Amino acid sequence: MVDSNKQNYKKLNPQYIQEILSKLTKEQNIIKWDIGASSSIDQSVQVDNGIAKQMKAAQRSSITLRVWNEKGLVGITSTSDISEFGLKKAISGAKNASLYGNPNDIPDFSKLAKKSIDSQEYPIKQHKKIQNLLNILIEAESELMSKHEAIQSVPYNGLGESFYERLYINSDNASRYMNRNQSSIYLYARAQENGRKPRSSGAVRLALASEDLDIKGCVEESSSKTISHLDYQQIETNKYLVCFSPEAFLDLILAFSSIFNARSIIDGVSLSKPDSIGKLISVPFFNLYDDALHPGNISSTPFDGEGTPTKRLCLIKDGVIENFLHSEATARKFNVDPTGHAGIGSKVSVGPDWLHICKSANNSIQSSNLSHKVYNNNFIIIEGLNALHAGVKPSQGSFSLPFDGWLINNGEKKSIEAATVAGDIRQLLKNIVNVEDQEFITHQGVSPHIWVDDLSITGEA
Amino acid sequence: MYYDNNTFSSKVNLLQSSTTSTKLVDSQADSLNGHWSGLLEELISYGLSSGADLVEIFIENTDQVSLLAEQDQITNVSPSFGKGAGIRVFHGLLDGFVSTNDLSPSGLKNALDQALGMLGLNSTKSSLTKFQGLKSLKDFSKNKQNWINICPDLDEACQRILEGTNLLDFHGTHLQARRGSYSRSWQEVLIAASDGTFGRDIRLHQSIGLNALAAHGEHRSSIGRRYGSSAKPSDLREWDAEKSAKEVCDSAGKMLYADYVEAGQMPVVLANKFGGVIFHEACGHLLETTQIERGTSPFSDKIGEQIAHSSVTAVDEGLSDGAFGSLSMDDEGMEPEKTVLIKNGYLQRFLSDRAGELRTGHKRTGSGRRQSHTFAAASRMRNTYIQAGTFKPEELIESIDNGLYCKSMGGGSVGPTGQFNFSVEEGYLIENGKTTKPLKGATLIGEAKDVMPRISMCANDLDLAAGFCGSVSGNINVTVGQPHIKVDSITVGGR
Repeated sequence: MVDSNKQNYKKLNPQYIQEILSKLTKEQNIIKWDIGASSSIDQSVQVDNGIAKQMKAAQRSSITLRVWNEKGLVGITSTSDISEFGLKKAISGAKNASLYGNPNDIPDFSKLAKKSIDSQEYPIKQHKKIQNLLNILIEAESELMSKHEAIQSVPYNGLGESFYERLYINSDNASRYMNRNQSSIYLYARAQENGRKPRSSGAVRLALASEDLDIKGCVEESSSKTISHLDYQQIETNKYLVCFSPEAFLDLILAFSSIFNARSIIDGVSLSKPDSIGKLISVPFFNLYDDALHPGNISSTPFDGEGTPTKRLCLIKDGVIENFLHSEATARKFNVDPTGHAGIGSKVSVGPDWLHICKSANNSIQSSNLSHKVYNNNFIIIEGLNALHAGVKPSQGSFSLPFDGWLINNGEKKSIEAATVAGDIRQLLKNIVNVEDQEFITHQGVSPHIWVDDLSITGEA
Repeated sequence: MYYDNNTFSSKVNLLQSSTTSTKLVDSQADSLNGHWSGLLEELISYGLSSGADLVEIFIENTDQVSLLAEQDQITNVSPSFGKGAGIRVFHGLLDGFVSTNDLSPSGLKNALDQALGMLGLNSTKSSLTKFQGLKSLKDFSKNKQNWINICPDLDEACQRILEGTNLLDFHGTHLQARRGSYSRSWQEVLIAASDGTFGRDIRLHQSIGLNALAAHGEHRSSIGRRYGSSAKPSDLREWDAEKSAKEVCDSAGKMLYADYVEAGQMPVVLANKFGGVIFHEACGHLLETTQIERGTSPFSDKIGEQIAHSSVTAVDEGLSDGAFGSLSMDDEGMEPEKTVLIKNGYLQRFLSDRAGELRTGHKRTGSGRRQSHTFAAASRMRNTYIQAGTFKPEELIESIDNGLYCKSMGGGSVGPTGQFNFSVEEGYLIENGKTTKPLKGATLIGEAKDVMPRISMCANDLDLAAGFCGSVSGNINVTVGQPHIKVDSITVGGR
């Protein structure tokens, strides 16, 4: 609960929303409805060479209201106007939209929307004064710039705090509510040595509150990465043995998550088909889970857009597709339970939460000696992939992506000036030669370093 | 003018308590008109008297609808509406920005107080100000009041988009998925600032998309086209669905059996229209004062110097009739202009907004833009293009023995050190001056300062294409464009 002497961040009152929507929908002869709402209070700062660059704050709220008309068709409307007037208008808009509802794909309430949830309570902390955030960030920027004389600026930086709340309510008396604090810092440094090109790298940290942020770790990671890219060289276009960092591999898998997305499968835009469950998709020592409630996921939500509880779900086990991600409607089509991955809409979107990649205990690995810390013989470490929105074709399986990384040869580590990695995700998953033991928690999920052989790399000549 | 704190009425968020008044939102909040001037002047005066150098208030009402057709069925209709304000306060070179959905007088004052507090300013330091009040309202919305009613209603919009997906079926082969989409965005804005700026406008943007996924055995291709306009309520009615569907199907068919491109360094010809994304990403962003401020543009000290081949003249403007990036006033209340960025290879101007002018000295160009009230405006592109040259498009192809023709570009981005990348959606091998087999999987990578001098030929077929650009102030509507251009050498990533 919020300390009554301090600012009350809570904007959403589930009981009141339930009452007023019951009244307003009744007035418009709507019997069945549900609503997803969110509200947030944020503040953030950016700095530039020891002074404030921009300070921002925002109060946001939004609702998406869904109604079923007398023919059972669904319509929605979204608005940021959460006054009674706004809700009335939204009901009316949703009712109109329901005239165009798709009779072949009608969403329903999730049968799990009223299932009890053992959700963890998080203490709600007051935001710092914005001047305090500013001082923290100025100090972090200064520390980062003092790490190496080539680091001349930290052009992309930010420190923010937010309080957010979410709810789901339906006319069948399902009611879910959660709130949380979250804080983040990012520091992207730019370094340049005489006569050489500028180089940039950075780091991000998330925590529930700003006092819990690992700022020192963020500064260290940002500086060490940036400095490690100062000594760069071009590489030859060729096929290489590649070691993906946990961040890079998670990014790649997330970009192709339509493989596991039941909505995409039904729509015919996934590489998978309804009968892909049980089929081999990767090497047998590779496991993949979606685990919204993983303790490392500070953005975890106990329920999805339809009120379904979130949970750990196995997607690939020993290289075989085990499950798909579902909403209520897709689950009904596949005759399974919803998995807690839905949004809210007349056509409900489906998406992953928090991926966990790990080595399978059941199958041995031929190249288990490959370790990014020890191995030193002609391979590439991909630290981060860029431009995923442009270079990935999820429905075709192909990717061609610029990356930041290093070439390791005879024990020497050289940053790569500019290069792209290209391939097909289906081939890549079958060309994995090692899944390292040590797992790392990133802001996208958990993964160890993953080794893939025979990947095409284009260098810039 | 002096502002008294008590003149703001308090208003409680209706969702906080069931005992709150059920009074509807002020009718004033539903129409952004001159009636707001009194409240806005009070707020601005209060801000100035608290020590601010400049106070700017941006208020918007929005009404949007998007719909999706898949195969021969409308599968999603999503209306949305909203309102909100963004308040920005400048003090010296610093600024504080606060956004809120609460347009009540007390909600706006709370936001202003928060913005002032960020800069260490508050009313206890106040003194009477010399604020002269707002100028008379510059109303660009006078002839636009009826736009939303002229736009196709949902029935008509659904029919038009279904016509598109039906035509994909008619013209295409091996199509596994057909999609058509339409979005209509109506935005009413009111902008007031302590320099007297007081403007009102109504913006209307519509976009139409057609996508096809072709599949045959292991072969796959996906092709999409997007069309967009501003200030043209009848645009969807006038859309040539037949031509669009034929174009998508033709490309999807050709790319279905395409080989992967062989990576390497080679000359390329980039087609007109959306080919202009290369200039937008590779160079345009580096000419925004937001980049100059950060020190991340290699062009920051190059005004008057040659940065591109002498064949290149590039322009950014907000004036082209009906273009997706056109506007009557920018999001800081300034009328747009035609800004010549590069003339015959020489750098002329940067794109600047209010903060950019303050911090870099480059004069505003009517380029202050934002996605919505939740973002502070920043210098952003509008309609950006390389101007036409004198060559015929085929002459560019004929000048290459072995290279790549990029007929259609996918998306792209530019990194913090100026390195760019673009995916090629539809490419063809150029052999001995002729386009031959289709190629897929190509990515163009490089740096603007290296590539701009290599644009050696510009054709005479300038054309524009609509797109969305994401950057510091959110996603905004833009136009990219160019004639066919030849880049003498660029890195092509592939397999």
